[in-house]
Amino acid sequence: MGLTILLSCAGILLGASVAAVLGARSKTTTSLVYAIALVASTVALGTACSILLTDPPAIESVQLPIGLPWLGAHFRLDALSGLFLVVTNLGSAIASLYGLGYGQHEQAPGRVLPFYPAFLAAMNLVVLADDAFTFLLTWEFMSLTSWALVMAHHRHVGNAKAGYIYLLMASFGTLSLLLALGLLAGPGGGYGFDAIRSATAAPGVTAAVLALTLIGAGSKAGLVPLHVWLPLAHPAAPSHVSALMSGVMTKVAVYGFVRIVFDLLGAPGWWWGAVVLTLGGVTAVLGVLYALMQHDLKRLLAYHTVENIGIIFIGLGLALAFQANDMRWAAALALTAALFHVFNHSVFKSLLFFGSGAVLTATGERDMERLGGLIHRMPLTAFAFLVGSTAISALPPFNGFVSEWLTFQAILLSPKLPQWLLKFLVPAVGAMLALSAALAAGCFVKAFGVTFLGRSRSSVAQHAKETDVFSLSAMFALALLCLIAGVVPGYFMDALAPVTHQLIGAQLPPQEHLRWLTIVPIAENRSSYNGLLLFVLIATSAWLAAYLIHFWASQQVRRSAAWDCGFPDASPVTQYTADSFAQPIRRVFGTLAFHAREEVHMPPPGDMRPATFHAHLRDLAWDTLYAPVERFVGSAADRLNRVQSWTIRAYLTLVFGAVVVLLAVLAVWH
Amino acid sequence: MDRLVLDVAHLFAGGLVLVSFLLLYQDRMFGLLNTFALHALVVSLSVAWQAYIQLAPHLYITAAIALVVKAIIIPVALHRIIVRLGIHRTIETVVGIGQTMLAGIALVALSILVMLPITAEAGTLAREDLAFSLSVILLGLLMMISRRNAVSQVIGFMSIENGLILAATAAKGMPLVVEISVAFSILIALIVIGIFLFRIRERFDTVDVHALERFRGEQL
Amino acid sequence: MALILDVLVQFVQLALVLSLAPLLTGYIRKVKSHLLRRRGPSVLQPYRDLFKLLRKEVVLAENASWVFRVAPYIVFATMLIAAALVPTFATGLVFSPAADLIAIVALLGSARFALALAGLDVGTSFGGIGSSREMMIASLAEPAMLMIVFTLSLLAGSTQLSSVSAFLHGPEVGLRVSLAMALVGLIMVAIAENARIPVDNPATHLELTMIHEAMILEYSGRHLAVIEAAASLKLLLYLSLIGCVFVPWGVATAGQGFGAFAVGLIAYIVKLAVGGFLLAVFETVTAKMRVFRVSDFLGAALMLGFLAALLLFVSQSV
Repeated sequence: MGLTILLSCAGILLGASVAAVLGARSKTTTSLVYAIALVASTVALGTACSILLTDPPAIESVQLPIGLPWLGAHFRLDALSGLFLVVTNLGSAIASLYGLGYGQHEQAPGRVLPFYPAFLAAMNLVVLADDAFTFLLTWEFMSLTSWALVMAHHRHVGNAKAGYIYLLMASFGTLSLLLALGLLAGPGGGYGFDAIRSATAAPGVTAAVLALTLIGAGSKAGLVPLHVWLPLAHPAAPSHVSALMSGVMTKVAVYGFVRIVFDLLGAPGWWWGAVVLTLGGVTAVLGVLYALMQHDLKRLLAYHTVENIGIIFIGLGLALAFQANDMRWAAALALTAALFHVFNHSVFKSLLFFGSGAVLTATGERDMERLGGLIHRMPLTAFAFLVGSTAISALPPFNGFVSEWLTFQAILLSPKLPQWLLKFLVPAVGAMLALSAALAAGCFVKAFGVTFLGRSRSSVAQHAKETDVFSLSAMFALALLCLIAGVVPGYFMDALAPVTHQLIGAQLPPQEHLRWLTIVPIAENRSSYNGLLLFVLIATSAWLAAYLIHFWASQQVRRSAAWDCGFPDASPVTQYTADSFAQPIRRVFGTLAFHAREEVHMPPPGDMRPATFHAHLRDLAWDTLYAPVERFVGSAADRLNRVQSWTIRAYLTLVFGAVVVLLAVLAVWH
Repeated sequence: MDRLVLDVAHLFAGGLVLVSFLLLYQDRMFGLLNTFALHALVVSLSVAWQAYIQLAPHLYITAAIALVVKAIIIPVALHRIIVRLGIHRTIETVVGIGQTMLAGIALVALSILVMLPITAEAGTLAREDLAFSLSVILLGLLMMISRRNAVSQVIGFMSIENGLILAATAAKGMPLVVEISVAFSILIALIVIGIFLFRIRERFDTVDVHALERFRGEQL
Repeated sequence: MALILDVLVQFVQLALVLSLAPLLTGYIRKVKSHLLRRRGPSVLQPYRDLFKLLRKEVVLAENASWVFRVAPYIVFATMLIAAALVPTFATGLVFSPAADLIAIVALLGSARFALALAGLDVGTSFGGIGSSREMMIASLAEPAMLMIVFTLSLLAGSTQLSSVSAFLHGPEVGLRVSLAMALVGLIMVAIAENARIPVDNPATHLELTMIHEAMILEYSGRHLAVIEAAASLKLLLYLSLIGCVFVPWGVATAGQGFGAFAVGLIAYIVKLAVGGFLLAVFETVTAKMRVFRVSDFLGAALMLGFLAALLLFVSQSV
């Protein structure tokens, strides 16, 4: 029943996509398409929620007679797909709501509208797919539709290059996944996931499949060093699509990883956890360091997605390590932490991208160095963005803190792991996680402070106007969800229990009946957290302090010029910029991570030219991994260029030689 | 009570690792000498405590030698050398101090990884003490290779010897003869290094080993 | 009945930390003055300063937003709740299941977030200096603090502060190297977080040497009073934390009678006095570091915390 509804929603979305191609280029078409997308996503969201909340969750599967003739298309709905459908459709619904307002400002609706519902449908279908062919087909469809959306404004500087790199990396990722699923299916060719689940593979094969899945799904999710496309492609797309790509599509990639490694691959080896942990830790730290160095608001958010994917993979790695050592309840804790962070990140990252989209619409600028003071011009957007920033910096009482707290609790269970390498790796990864959390707070003080606070650095920022009601309602819905998930996390953790039960065979103790809505993941005397009580206490103390002081002491306020230590010139250029805010951190961490160098040109006395300051950063992943490949491909292509100018006789010789070689091989083979 | 006694010995060993990190952290010459005096003090206290636990009175002499020679005489002598030669007082490092500390952590992890599995039969505290001693030796070596200044390389060399003393007393086998011969060879080494420092200073006006590279001759 | 008594103890603790914090600041200033052969202001002077500031009007910059006006109360509330959760004279506080050590560290992070935003709000360069330097220091101090929390939790088998304090008070703990490293690390983090010499000079008037002071440069009147009270609370919190974890003798456990509470209170005041005295002596004999040397200092604290945790990981089932 649920599966039928979900497949029909996907069908409706595809239909809306076709209708958008055929329909007229008018505002009503835009609103209609987004409204259909909103309704379809909401229905799918409701269905997925009901699947997740029924106890025990039913598993439905269906086989449709489309696709390959001997295989058909298998679709399956279980607890894991239910969770990721919730994440996907929540993001899609809110993005469609945002699009109802944002889409009115779109200059090229014909390039965005047909692909948007198809993108949503593709993401839903990936999560529902139950055999290798359908999975890969829908995965590639998702990549292609999002590529088309990235190329929507292809005349902007840098967007064409971003689309090109994205297409390359996406194809590379699909190829890796194709190889992985092919290896899993084996020479017998049982491509259905049921067949793969029941077969066991040799250890060498599982190691290869793990590596290929990490490359394939990891490149789509944004693991270092396969993340380079993310900060180019995500900002290039329209803002609601950026939110979907960063907040939702990366989670579909995480789904691909979880499905293949936890569900299809069978019992894990302990070293799988070590590899995934290390990758997650390095990704988290490097992602947030890159984000700190950006002054383009959307690129900062895209790099920050890389950090959060690192945090999710840390949780997944811990779950694999615990499961390999048969500590199932600890694995359930780590997996719950990772999946909760999947949900949390999709919520607050979408919120932040919507905020940056609102800023882009109002000012036409993404560069923070030209913004500032927007809190006075766009107060509601600023408030929603502040909630998102606080949530993503893992500060109580919002939801980001709960998933990080759960991850730390899982790390504190790890001394019981017997392998020596894990004993050294896990505290190191814990230190990296703590470091990335602290740096993330600094990153968002910079993002919010430079964009919204202070004084306007340019005239566009001075004349910005608040955004429309649809965008605002989308942002506030997500902000409210951040608060709710932070204050009553017990319900969300209980909803995740069937997923961990399906994947690992264990789950956390039920949280909903605990006193005063505390969460106790392991045991009461070990650790507990009560977001509601903290929120109430903080709010009450703050309000009470303000009230008492205003009542008994003084409530007078006088507006005057800023003190600024008595300096009279209050020009906005004397404010801190984004780069100057990041300078201390660049000095401390940048030399190691990016070979950061600062160069100051001081003209001699009497010369009227201004002094200039350059900060040089190198992306080490690009320089060591991609640039050599690019150079090699370029030089090989240059050498092969000469083939273009051969004579006809030479080409015929080539064909003749190929035929002879193939016949010889055939002869030797038999 | 017995547990407390062993814990104190363990605490001295861990404290020595701590002071080795403190040596890596210093960026001024006199601070380095004072920290080295502290290093020698902790070693002598640790050896004295081992003498008390193991009821081995000859170790008291070792502790006294470490205290007098290494905590008092050598720092004072180096202090006077520095003042007389006019060596400038900041220590340049090859890589940043943060990265040196990171390398130090990796070395401690390596020594734990090496020592703990191979000493499986001994008691927990003795194994950790041996791992700490190896860490002190490796940190002393790290200090020698990551500093440009000859005096700090000398200090690194002496802290290696402190680590060896810690290992020997922790493993309960340090006869006085061995101690005297080791100390004597260190003394000779120090005298030779001192002479060389004076000669180098006379000829080249500096003891920065990097600056001495120019005079090495043919560079291939 | 027992529940009412526990709630009463919790609120007594809240009132106690709130009223003792300015006294601690005044005491430290007095000791520093005596070490410099001055008479110094009275120990009650911070109370007089706070009352004077509370009654003054607030002068706001023309472009200050609501963030600027709300931030002092957020900072104060988070600091007060965090300080109320650290056991002072008795463990087993009623609200302690709500927030463990990790949550306390995150609450301090929230306070810092709000203050850094307030520093950027008016759009002066000095606010920017304070906020950016503060976030650099936080990026190293907070992980160091978390690694120390890990060390303590691994030893005690719990992240609840009351359980940690009870474990370290008990007989099984012994003198451990990890604890010594955690103590040194915690002292270094406490100095950095409370803006004390050698990281930051709380009494400086040179704007380019300020970190904490630069963020609050634009504040006046009751807002400044609230922020100063919050800063004193933070210092009290760190001293209480060091006291209840590393010097746990004298702390009463929940459910004991008033005699035990009175002993706990006296022990707590003695610990604060000794801690404040040592801090004042340390500040007087040390010089302030260059800003970029602070990262080495805190990096050392992070390394110590990591090493302490690593040793515990390695020795737990060896």
